[in-house]
Amino acid sequence: MFELLGISPPALFGQLLLGLINGAFYAMLSLGLAVIFGLLNVINFTHGAQYMMGAFGAWMLLNYAGIPFWGALILSPIVVAAIGMVIERTLLRRLYHLDHLYGLLLTFGLALIIEGLFRRQYGASGLPYNNPLPGGTNLGFMFLPNYRGFIVVASLVVCFATWFVIERTKLGSYLRAATEKPDLVQAFGIDVPRMITLTYGFGVGLAALAGVLAAPAYQVSPTMGSNLIIVVFAVVVIGGMGSIMGAIVTGFGLGVVEGLTKVFYPEASSTVIFVIMAIVLMVKPAGLFGTAK
Amino acid sequence: MTSATSPMAAPREGYSPLRLLIALVVLAALIAAPFLVYPIFLMKVLCFALFACAFNLLLGYAGLLSFGHAMFFGGAAYISAHTVKVLGFTPEIGIIAGTLSAALLGLVTGLLAIRRLGIYFAMVTLALAQMFFFFCLQAPFTGGEDGLQAVPRRAFFGIIDITKDVNLYYVVLAIFVIGFAIIYRAVHSPFGQVLKAIRENEPRAVSLGYRVNQYKLLAFVLSAALAGLAGATKSIVFQLASLTDVAWQMSGEVILMTLVGGMGTMLGPIVGAAIIVTMQNYLASLGEWVLVIQGVIFVLAVSLFRRGVVGEVLAFVQARKEKAAARDAAP
Repeated sequence: MFELLGISPPALFGQLLLGLINGAFYAMLSLGLAVIFGLLNVINFTHGAQYMMGAFGAWMLLNYAGIPFWGALILSPIVVAAIGMVIERTLLRRLYHLDHLYGLLLTFGLALIIEGLFRRQYGASGLPYNNPLPGGTNLGFMFLPNYRGFIVVASLVVCFATWFVIERTKLGSYLRAATEKPDLVQAFGIDVPRMITLTYGFGVGLAALAGVLAAPAYQVSPTMGSNLIIVVFAVVVIGGMGSIMGAIVTGFGLGVVEGLTKVFYPEASSTVIFVIMAIVLMVKPAGLFGTAK
Repeated sequence: MTSATSPMAAPREGYSPLRLLIALVVLAALIAAPFLVYPIFLMKVLCFALFACAFNLLLGYAGLLSFGHAMFFGGAAYISAHTVKVLGFTPEIGIIAGTLSAALLGLVTGLLAIRRLGIYFAMVTLALAQMFFFFCLQAPFTGGEDGLQAVPRRAFFGIIDITKDVNLYYVVLAIFVIGFAIIYRAVHSPFGQVLKAIRENEPRAVSLGYRVNQYKLLAFVLSAALAGLAGATKSIVFQLASLTDVAWQMSGEVILMTLVGGMGTMLGPIVGAAIIVTMQNYLASLGEWVLVIQGVIFVLAVSLFRRGVVGEVLAFVQARKEKAAARDAAP
């Protein structure tokens, strides 16, 4: 059947896998954006830069401190999240009483600063990062490089762990309550400002974790974040930021759609997500999983 | 998503003899300027000032943050450059073609974007502009990475020789004044009043019976067309249309200009454009630092002076007036 369409199964499954990997990054990043937006009412434009910092963190830990990938997987997100929390405490916090647009503009400015500093230091071209899981497995219908499989599994685990914590634990219930009515939650004796800081740190940490996972798959480069974040914004508009599960499903789904487009109509692969966004805006303006506006 | 009173509200502006005098002095200075300052630099400032004014019409008066205005600026630059260079028309035809195509692009984008509010509006416009960027990257007529270079400077209207920079400067100045006058009229008209009402309280404007979406769409198309006018003019001045003009960084720059100058003020975007273009000119040798400095200005402007340069001045004057009035009222 595939032969009839002029497409070989290995090419198809190969692109599907690449799509799934892209989808894994979309899912993790839009998840972090959604969690931050839920509590802070800020669209974190710095998210792409923080993803890039995660990747660079891994590269620096390896090249300056000799810490391998598995250590960086834990350390780099913690460091980036800590920097994020400092930003929240010193800059973002002062804007909560204003229009949401100011938060977007501030984080946009921060993204420019971070990207500019890294470009200045490391140039615009990419730096290589060695694959920590070389080799692959033959699945019969396709060849699966081990590390690519690891990315998909790891991000699925992270996404579902996040979903579980937010939707099924006591801590998550506090978070959801604070998203709905922060002043009431504060009145019940919960330290909402600290919760906001930690939530921002968590969202940023997710972005950095995605960055570390991306380092061996793509090249580590200062511009890797800004190119990705705009696509992730489109993913967020398509999915709507109302639900955690929605962000995960939309992220993976769109990654796969993008991969399939690369097989059947490569010219459109860089725009397909934006086209889908336009269609969704026409049919269901609130987004696939969104509620109201 | 809409707050009851937007922080973007700015002091009101009206007519006064002093204002007229200042306008005349500024106009005289603009006419004398090319003999004192490098004309190409002045034309760059004027093009970006018009771009920022067009953007400000949307953000400052309708309260809509578009993160994709580069698409209209750069799109019009491509159309205008193509019309002049490849199709062989005179520059004024190119500029009109560019402006109209930006208006059309604005209509399509606006119809999609106004379906969402606030922060989503910004994300939708950013995403659509990125889509347009990829389109320009792949479309054959844009010249890909090279762009359209060496656009000829044919005689304007077939009579004005614009190969001389000074002549071209006056053409660009005329275009700027026309564009600015359109924005001024739009803001100081019933249409502009309704836009401000929507910015301040959208549900209320709806309940008063205004078709809010039609007003927003018209504002969006107008803003897009004028941004296109600026971009088309820029392509004639620099004889170049390239991917830089449609990239998201350009959308960021126009936001920065408006923010620094003062959003929701008539003159703010002009001052902001002058500041940012001057800065880029002097710092061009610093390379990547320009990005960092722009980011720092963004952060400072948002954190410390949200009203922008002109907004702060107006607020200062307003405060002094009120103080004086209070002193007069006291016995």
